[in-house]
Amino acid sequence: MAETAPRLPLDEPVPAEAADTVLYLDGVSVSFDGFKALNALSLLVLAGEMSAVIGPNGAGKTTMMDVISGKTRPDRGRALFKGDIDLTKLDEAAIAELGIGRKFQKPTVFEHQSVFENLELALKADRGVLAALRFRLSAAQRARIDAVLETVALGDARRRPAGALSHGQKQWLEIGMLLMQDPELLLVDEPVAGMTDAETEQTAVLLREIAETHSVLVVEHDMEFVRALDTKVTVLHEGAVLAHGGMDVVQNDPRVIEVYLGR
Amino acid sequence: MGAAIGRHWPRFGLDRAGQIFLALVVGAAVLVPILNLMVAETSALYMPTYLVSLLGKYLCYGLLAVSVDLIWGYCGILSLGHGAFFALGGYAMGMHLMRQIGDRGVYGHAILPDFMVFLNWQELPWYWMGFDNFAFAMIMVVLVPGALAFLFGWFAFRSRVTGVYLSIITQAMTFALMLAFFRNDTGFGGNNGLTDFKDILGFNLQADTTRVALFVASALALALGFLLCRVIVASKLGRVLVAIRDAESRVRFLGYRVERYKLFVFCVSAMLAGVAGALYVPQVGIINPSEFAPPVSIEIVIWVAIGGRGSLYGAALGGILVNFAKSYFTGALPEAWLYILGAMFIATTLFLPKGLVGTVPIWGGARGRRQAATDHG
Repeated sequence: MAETAPRLPLDEPVPAEAADTVLYLDGVSVSFDGFKALNALSLLVLAGEMSAVIGPNGAGKTTMMDVISGKTRPDRGRALFKGDIDLTKLDEAAIAELGIGRKFQKPTVFEHQSVFENLELALKADRGVLAALRFRLSAAQRARIDAVLETVALGDARRRPAGALSHGQKQWLEIGMLLMQDPELLLVDEPVAGMTDAETEQTAVLLREIAETHSVLVVEHDMEFVRALDTKVTVLHEGAVLAHGGMDVVQNDPRVIEVYLGR
Repeated sequence: MGAAIGRHWPRFGLDRAGQIFLALVVGAAVLVPILNLMVAETSALYMPTYLVSLLGKYLCYGLLAVSVDLIWGYCGILSLGHGAFFALGGYAMGMHLMRQIGDRGVYGHAILPDFMVFLNWQELPWYWMGFDNFAFAMIMVVLVPGALAFLFGWFAFRSRVTGVYLSIITQAMTFALMLAFFRNDTGFGGNNGLTDFKDILGFNLQADTTRVALFVASALALALGFLLCRVIVASKLGRVLVAIRDAESRVRFLGYRVERYKLFVFCVSAMLAGVAGALYVPQVGIINPSEFAPPVSIEIVIWVAIGGRGSLYGAALGGILVNFAKSYFTGALPEAWLYILGAMFIATTLFLPKGLVGTVPIWGGARGRRQAATDHG
């Protein structure tokens, strides 16, 4: 898959800032009917790190995710994956195959299929039609699914239809599906929306664990949860970066306070 | 030996209900020839030949319903134009049967079918070439519907046309084909269609043995079509289809090319519908453009809904039973039939979301669902 991905033209050198990044957004603008959802947004995610993006409703968080995962094409700007693959030229399936997994804001699992089957569908394997027709689960793959079931604490629910899970369990199942894809970069959109406090805490632990072996970009507006992630934070406002830094610095930034509390 | 068979059954993912259905269809393929050919006509058990052909016709409708259920029940593609694929398969068979008439037509022309002589045509159009060959015609039976489905699906699925919009353009497709086939110039017999067939593979189409053979072929086609669909839906491919049905964009973000999956299953479905049409035509003795009419395709969807969407055998039973009811009521209460069909559809939608098979526990109740939710393989 990676061979067919469009690399940057040779006369256009990889930006120096993009070195060691798994994701580099370079002046990305998106507008819907004149409304600028993203306004020359530039942002980078270092390889092997967890980054958090926060911002009030309408700041452009989900649009940013849509651009990275191929759902929305930007009007301007580039989204570089691993320095030299321009994601804005690819569709969702190609981007997923490159190794970018996405968890949606509203948990999206396959409700009529079992937890096990949900994970099996996400399992990294040949995505071709005929390959799927011939597919047999190997012992190693089964063990991998079992391991992920343990990680997301759904071992006992493996045979239950995903639609019968609680809201929090669905969120975890979706994180589990991300893990099955074994992506290099995980995009996690509001993972604790609608969760109880206990579930929120467990999710923070889970994401920190995942970040030890993957690059993770978390989008959230729950400040307390982001604090629990213990990572650098980028604040988005009106489609552009407002502030960046540690949670303590960001939280005391007068502009951030105004955006969150003012008006 | 027994163990080997046992190991192969899971590949079809056949539950008890599916096994019963298969046994019924294969049983009919054995029993009906005996009741028609070997039982004396005076016996109470004798099955008259017209009934054999009627049942054969129902089996073709059953296969057509299975083909629609494969895409609608498992992949959420609501085709309201599947009658087009059925009719195209039927026309391919009809063209072969027309060529088989030879010089026995009313005008006695050695090559041209009667309607072409009537239209003063001098030679056979190029697209009628080769249809005198049975094998060629049989290839066309699957290839023409398959090719149309590929072309249609290629554009529709790549453009991400889904839901009601897709349903509407499938209606437009079959409507356009109906208009084209109604024209005499198109070369398929205009509104009279193709009829007056004499024989198939040298066997007289009116003979009891030929009728029985066509019935058996229909039963086997239904059984094999059902098993083919079972193999598909029981595989991981089938689970991807269900995932597409339930959350299409999520499947894309997992890296699956949704349009390819849809295209594959749409083409398989169209080819099955073509086979059903090809077996239908020699048993009813005619194919005409009314098979392309939009209401015909809508009716197919109603069979599937009434029988039970998403279970394959439920769809087949729907196709068979609704048409049985249609034969009965159009005889007994001709004016009432459409109201009865409408009432059945509404009642099913309101009270039996899983169709008729959903009412019988073994056919689609809790047990079947529990089995579907276990981890397989």
